[in-house]
Amino acid sequence: MRVLDALITGLAQGAMIALIALGYTMVYGVLKLINFAHSEIFMMSAFIGLFLITMLGGTEHPLLAGVGGTLMAMVAAALIGMLVERIAYRPLRNRGKSSLVRVTPLVTALGMSVLLQNLAQLMFTARNRSYPQLLTGSLSLGPLSVGTSRVVILLTAVVVMVVLELIVKRTWFGKAMRALSANEEAARLMGINTSRVISATFALGSSLAALGSVLFCLDQSPVHPSLGLVVGTRAFVAAVLGGIGSITGAMLGGLLIGVLGELLKLTSFSGGTDIPAFLVLIVVLLVRPAGLLGSARAEKV
Amino acid sequence: MSAPVEAKDVAALGATMRTKHPTRPDPSVAMGEPLLQVRDLRVAYGGIKALKGIDLEVRRGEVVALIGANGAGKTTTLKSIARLLPVASGTITFAGKNLATMTPEALVGAGVSLAPEGRAIFPNLTVLENLELGAYLHRDATAMRETIEDVTRLFPRLGERMKQEGGTLSGGEQQMLAIGRALMARPTMLLLDEPSLGIAPKLVQQIFAAIRAIAAAGVTILVVEQNTKVALSASHRGYVLRTGEIALSGNAKELLQNPEIQKAYLGG
Ligand SMILES: Nc1ncnc2c1ncn2[C@@H]1O[C@H](COP(=O)(O)OP(=O)(O)OP(=O)(O)O)[C@@H](O)[C@H]1O
Ligand SMILES: [Mg+2]
Repeated sequence: MRVLDALITGLAQGAMIALIALGYTMVYGVLKLINFAHSEIFMMSAFIGLFLITMLGGTEHPLLAGVGGTLMAMVAAALIGMLVERIAYRPLRNRGKSSLVRVTPLVTALGMSVLLQNLAQLMFTARNRSYPQLLTGSLSLGPLSVGTSRVVILLTAVVVMVVLELIVKRTWFGKAMRALSANEEAARLMGINTSRVISATFALGSSLAALGSVLFCLDQSPVHPSLGLVVGTRAFVAAVLGGIGSITGAMLGGLLIGVLGELLKLTSFSGGTDIPAFLVLIVVLLVRPAGLLGSARAEKV
Repeated sequence: MSAPVEAKDVAALGATMRTKHPTRPDPSVAMGEPLLQVRDLRVAYGGIKALKGIDLEVRRGEVVALIGANGAGKTTTLKSIARLLPVASGTITFAGKNLATMTPEALVGAGVSLAPEGRAIFPNLTVLENLELGAYLHRDATAMRETIEDVTRLFPRLGERMKQEGGTLSGGEQQMLAIGRALMARPTMLLLDEPSLGIAPKLVQQIFAAIRAIAAAGVTILVVEQNTKVALSASHRGYVLRTGEIALSGNAKELLQNPEIQKAYLGG
């Protein structure tokens, strides 16, 4: 029973991690860049979500506050994501390929991450803030009693991933995004405005991270400026584990990391979940350097 | 198996192809009038001069071959026209418009499509998705359906492989896909970079038969090739590029008979 319980909690955790991992993987797909600022966008959305939910009445109007606050936080995150891309990454891109040494954007990404984290400390101070308990109680599934928040997280994540899969597979934006990931020059020859697709990718990835962050905080409560570091690292590991650039890979990686973390809590191991996660990552990368579902082919282009 | 396109079918095939763009008006250039004009084009990679001032012209309705050995500057010429390379000096005009100030993504909209060297298809997208992306700008459902039909008639092998990932196609099939994808945009002019590259002779014949059919349908074509004989046989006129300069130009039939060309490129 404890194993089953841990499994469900782990899946919920993992779904949330996957939502963040998707942002890393999609941006990597179109830009071949690890957007280190992504975890900070996640953290900032947690604060924004908290303020919006409180503003909308918090526990007094749980449905309005929960749904409205989450959606508005997603929009805010999308705007922040596009802004980060616009001011930090696009100027580097426009300088042309020749001067675009691979390290420059990476350093910029790290710098952006530090900047956002410090900004959050300034604006929100370093203390913990608690989310209102909107999702209390539990549902009984047969002999099992599962927290409502876990069920909501899991269901939301499943719906979002299905929708995302449809966007990526069926829409013009999704096809343009995949074309751009595969071959930028050929994508431009199709008439695809790559800057606009990149911008939209940041918006989509950031809004998914915001969804993940609000769900996470509704489940686990405290928000603080180093949240991005803690959870973001796990999401990054998930993205690389699944195969960076692969959307299904990010989902799988997230779920694996989540379940692994919860199962570990059942053992006497007490070193936190990050060390085992990294160990799994190293082992997987030794066997499959491109990650579980990553294609070596996408790298070649 | 699909039968190769017979020469007698070419004109008939071309006559059934639908090439009118759903929204863009036809350029006001009459058949036989200059459509693409390149004047004194100079391009350099760092200090290396790849093009040392070339002039070339393609008239509406023509098939023009640009031939030359490895490193002569053929791809550089096409990439400059397609705006993928910065032009050091010179002018490129298409239907009276200055291409030099355009972005590559605007070029398709203007009516020029490039099937690049090495095909550059999207490997993890299906054949159908690759074709659809060719129509990214106009997205006209009828035009898409019609061109997919036309492409399937030109290249029956593609029709059998619509759901297959592009990366799993053979080299020849990928070339067919690259040409088909370029056609999906309903271009006024098609730029083809070495469609015979790394492809078995029999398939090369098929691909060039398709190129003739596309030309018969009224699409203007500039084709870059090392395979001089095949390219000139399918063209009205030709230019010979030698280390960044136009060494020879003229009527394709005459070029084929030219002793200098026979010696240098036709092994006789
Ligand atoms: N990116 C580049 N950087 C530096 N030099 C280049 C670059 N691309 C091409 N060149 C040089 O420019 C010259 C012309 O190259 P280009 O690719 O246009 O030749 P090509 O005629 O298409 O040859 P091929 O038949 O082998 O495709 C060559 O000397 C080549 O080495
Ligand atoms: Mg070439």
